[in-house]
Amino acid sequence: MELHQLTIHELQKLIRSKEVTSSDIVKSVYKRIDAVEVSVHAYISLMKEYAFEEAAKADHSIKEGNIQALTGIPIALKDIVCTKGFLTTCGSRILYNYIPPYNATVVEKLREAGAVFIGKTNMDEFAMGSSTETSHFGITRNPWDLERIPGGSSGGSAAAVAADECIASIGSDTGGSIRQPAALCGVVGMKPTYGRVSRYGLIAFASSLDQIGPLTKDVEDCAIMMNAIAGHDPRESTSVPLDVPDYTAFLSRGIDGFKVGIPTEYFIEGIDPEITKAINGAMKAIEGLGATCIETSLPYTEYCLAVYYIIAPAEASSNLARYDGVKYGFRADDCKDLLDMYKKSRSAGFGAEVKRRIMIGTYALSSGYYDAYYKKASQVRALIKRDFEKALKHCDVILTPTTPTPAFKIGEKMDDPLQMYLSDIFTISTNLAGIPGISVPCGFTRQGLPIGAQFLAGHFEEGKLIQIAAALEKHANLKQRKPNL
Amino acid sequence: MAYEPVIGLEIHAQLLTKSKIFCSCSTLFGAEPNTHTCAVCMGMPGVLPVLNRMVVEYTIKMALATKCAINESCNFARKNYFYPDLPKGYQISQYAQPLSEHGYVDIEQNNGKKRIGITRIHMEEDAGKMIHDEHMPSSYIDLNRTGVPLIEIVSEPDMRSPEEASAFLRRLHEILVYLEICDGNMEEGSFRCDANVSIRPRGEQAFGTRTELKNMNSFRNVQRALDYEIKRQQYILESGQEVIQETRLWDDSQGVTLSMRGKEEAHDYRYFPDPDLVPIVIDESWMEEVRKKLPELPLVKRERFMRDYQLPSYDAGVLTSSRVLADYFEDVARLSGKPKAASNWVMGDILRFLNMEKRDIKECPILPESLAELIQLIENGTISGKMAKDIIEEMYSTGKPPKTIIEEKGMVQITDEAALAKTISEILEANKAQVEQYRGGKEKLFGYFVGQVMKATRGKANPQRINDLLKKMLAAA
Amino acid sequence: MKITKEEVEYVAHLARLNFSEGEKVKFTSQLNDILMYMDKLNEVDTACIEPMSHAIALQNAFRDDIVKDSLSQEVSLSNTPDARGPFFRVPKVIE
Repeated sequence: MELHQLTIHELQKLIRSKEVTSSDIVKSVYKRIDAVEVSVHAYISLMKEYAFEEAAKADHSIKEGNIQALTGIPIALKDIVCTKGFLTTCGSRILYNYIPPYNATVVEKLREAGAVFIGKTNMDEFAMGSSTETSHFGITRNPWDLERIPGGSSGGSAAAVAADECIASIGSDTGGSIRQPAALCGVVGMKPTYGRVSRYGLIAFASSLDQIGPLTKDVEDCAIMMNAIAGHDPRESTSVPLDVPDYTAFLSRGIDGFKVGIPTEYFIEGIDPEITKAINGAMKAIEGLGATCIETSLPYTEYCLAVYYIIAPAEASSNLARYDGVKYGFRADDCKDLLDMYKKSRSAGFGAEVKRRIMIGTYALSSGYYDAYYKKASQVRALIKRDFEKALKHCDVILTPTTPTPAFKIGEKMDDPLQMYLSDIFTISTNLAGIPGISVPCGFTRQGLPIGAQFLAGHFEEGKLIQIAAALEKHANLKQRKPNL
Repeated sequence: MAYEPVIGLEIHAQLLTKSKIFCSCSTLFGAEPNTHTCAVCMGMPGVLPVLNRMVVEYTIKMALATKCAINESCNFARKNYFYPDLPKGYQISQYAQPLSEHGYVDIEQNNGKKRIGITRIHMEEDAGKMIHDEHMPSSYIDLNRTGVPLIEIVSEPDMRSPEEASAFLRRLHEILVYLEICDGNMEEGSFRCDANVSIRPRGEQAFGTRTELKNMNSFRNVQRALDYEIKRQQYILESGQEVIQETRLWDDSQGVTLSMRGKEEAHDYRYFPDPDLVPIVIDESWMEEVRKKLPELPLVKRERFMRDYQLPSYDAGVLTSSRVLADYFEDVARLSGKPKAASNWVMGDILRFLNMEKRDIKECPILPESLAELIQLIENGTISGKMAKDIIEEMYSTGKPPKTIIEEKGMVQITDEAALAKTISEILEANKAQVEQYRGGKEKLFGYFVGQVMKATRGKANPQRINDLLKKMLAAA
Repeated sequence: MKITKEEVEYVAHLARLNFSEGEKVKFTSQLNDILMYMDKLNEVDTACIEPMSHAIALQNAFRDDIVKDSLSQEVSLSNTPDARGPFFRVPKVIE
């Protein structure tokens, strides 16, 4: 096996036993990138020179016996996370040349843990989308079938992990943007509880929904990454001051006695039969491991998308008002006055999907409509959260498919925004309620496309997600299957 | 037709915290442009606000001092609009749930006290500064001021004249300065005032159409602007037209208010609760903690001065115009035991010296102990009042205490009867003609003799003693 | 609630965005589709429900009143498309 094909925990062993150096790993990863990136296009920018410098520093630390959890491990970062001194575009023309003067907290935490950053991954512009087709910097292709999308908005991060173009990556999830691409690319993706991982330095899309999370090759790596990035941040007012457990301690606990809720509202018409089959298989598997599947209900499910598509765009329209060409980013040439500058810069700088969401959000908040839309949506949101709290009183976790279909073809759904939104339905409720969720590979379609199972748990119960995802993963035994690139 | 003005004021006061409201940049005025800025206050992608606790405390102070009800829970809202001095494209302010509401302030008018209601007091962040180029079609932005904490104080439309409005403004100003939460500098922009003004026929309950006045950057301009606007509206109504609801800017050079219509559009601020900030819960114990830190407020202090020191209202007003001055006066009064004398000296010479040099009482070279000493020296006859006038000048320029100056200059008052009698008899001898005239009935000449004695003793003799002795010696013959 | 072209233009102005006539038409119909979807919310009785603005209930997240280093002027201005001396420069508002 090549070094770039290994997981964090496998490489940790080799590093500790001095069999490999960080420089070896970084070299292997860049070699892989050279080979497949032209097909996959997972990255917007690479940090090659920096990466090799950091790898050398890591090797020095390793020699001295100073080894942290991620020392020397090459990690990719979704280009929505601010990296001091390095281009951060958010997949948008409006930030085409933006160099942040500070590091996101998650970047600092990963650095402290010894990680070596190798590049910024591609994404839907401003995280708005579920196919990574709206990036200003071109599309990313699904490593399992280059004619298909990798999902989005963290499509680059998911594809990079799936294609072994990094050992692990960081993404962000506002309505499923980690979990859905993880499922479509056959990797593990976790959205932590809201407030578990700092949002400081995460370029904001919808502030009350955004979370940063890991995309990894297996559940053990996910636990290792979560240990590194979770924790209270005084720079974020909505960061929760709770201790971080050792997530790796949950890996081998097994699920004997676990109650797994199966929400009736999620198993509806329109789900691809191969997905249904795979999820049924997952249910059987976990029952075989000692869990019990029980029926549960989340009655307000049918309102989730409506709530999401008012709250998220409303918050986004406000968060994106700062992109005005004054202090950073793209400014249009030839503007006759201030108003012209604003309109030309923003119109040329933002893509169509972003503009559409800004329009919806601005409309939802505009005078006369606040009560009808935003406030109403916030009230229904409380009911959605209550749904989960009630359901999770009677079960440890909830199981759902991550997506209703496997990866669709590039360009297939672009013109119909409503169908694109539908592909989010399984994941959006999680963000609305603020609970954690994980997608773990549970099968493949006959065409060889990955299928993901999603587990949801109560607030700050990431441990339970690790616990059950690890059990299912072991049983499913799909880790060795790699895309044919 | 008699019209009555209806005035409401909206005040923005910059708080004297060391750091900004949502980031740790300095709030100090006058720095080089764009040097008190960080990623947070510049609204860079990915940043988040964290509230400065001191801002809440200062706001609670003002709320308590104006008898407002403090909401148990309040939150921040985003006020969305585009302007280059507003980096995030929204201002973090408070909207539906402000920190405090329904307070009041009493103002003193000629016909007694009047209560002016305060609708609300809330916290928000300031915007940056824009400078418009006179020749080029450019504007320049300095973001140092973005994120400096402000409190917004909105009054009820309870004022019925520019004088009342001015009095209210001054009361708020002095409370803010007394609480040491704002330096109240209108010229520098740390204390700003906008006004809403309308007129209605006297006796009418309904409000007339109001205009909003901005750009009044001094107390005087607030009153002038209101005077003008009231007259303008009156003229409009009297000529059968209607007042248009709009924002008008005060033009100081022309002495008029000018319409902003056409230049400004009605803003749709799209307020919604800021998802990046969490609610602020203020419980009884926090309120008590802050209440304990409140100083004695100006109105209470004034009334106490009038009562305990028997000072007239005007004197009490001058002496409490600043907390430091009031403390200075009280120290002098206490140490000398003579509040009236203390009041005279402080309001007289002390303030005169300071005003001439445009200095504040904080920088007064004469310590309260020294002034108290001076007062006592006059009281026990060691020096005369006239001598004291000279001594105090020395005290001010050198900072030395009176006893030291007296010793150095040998200025002890002549009270020795024998020496004085000797001097007087020398004078009487030298002015025999006048003595005759005086004894003959020209009583006015007494003043002449007093003058001679003063001259001869170089003002060092106790005037009372001079009078007594002179009378005695002139009578005897 | 059907969104009209005028409303689209008003909202576009609020958001400081330009659209071509063709885009406006496309937007009007797309926004309408989505807004129909939004009308669904009116089916829900929310009479006694507090609007939820945060997934996790926190309060009083404060920091101390301590001054820390700001960015240098150079760094503050480093990303702007147009700096003039120590300032950011923008075109004037047309009077």
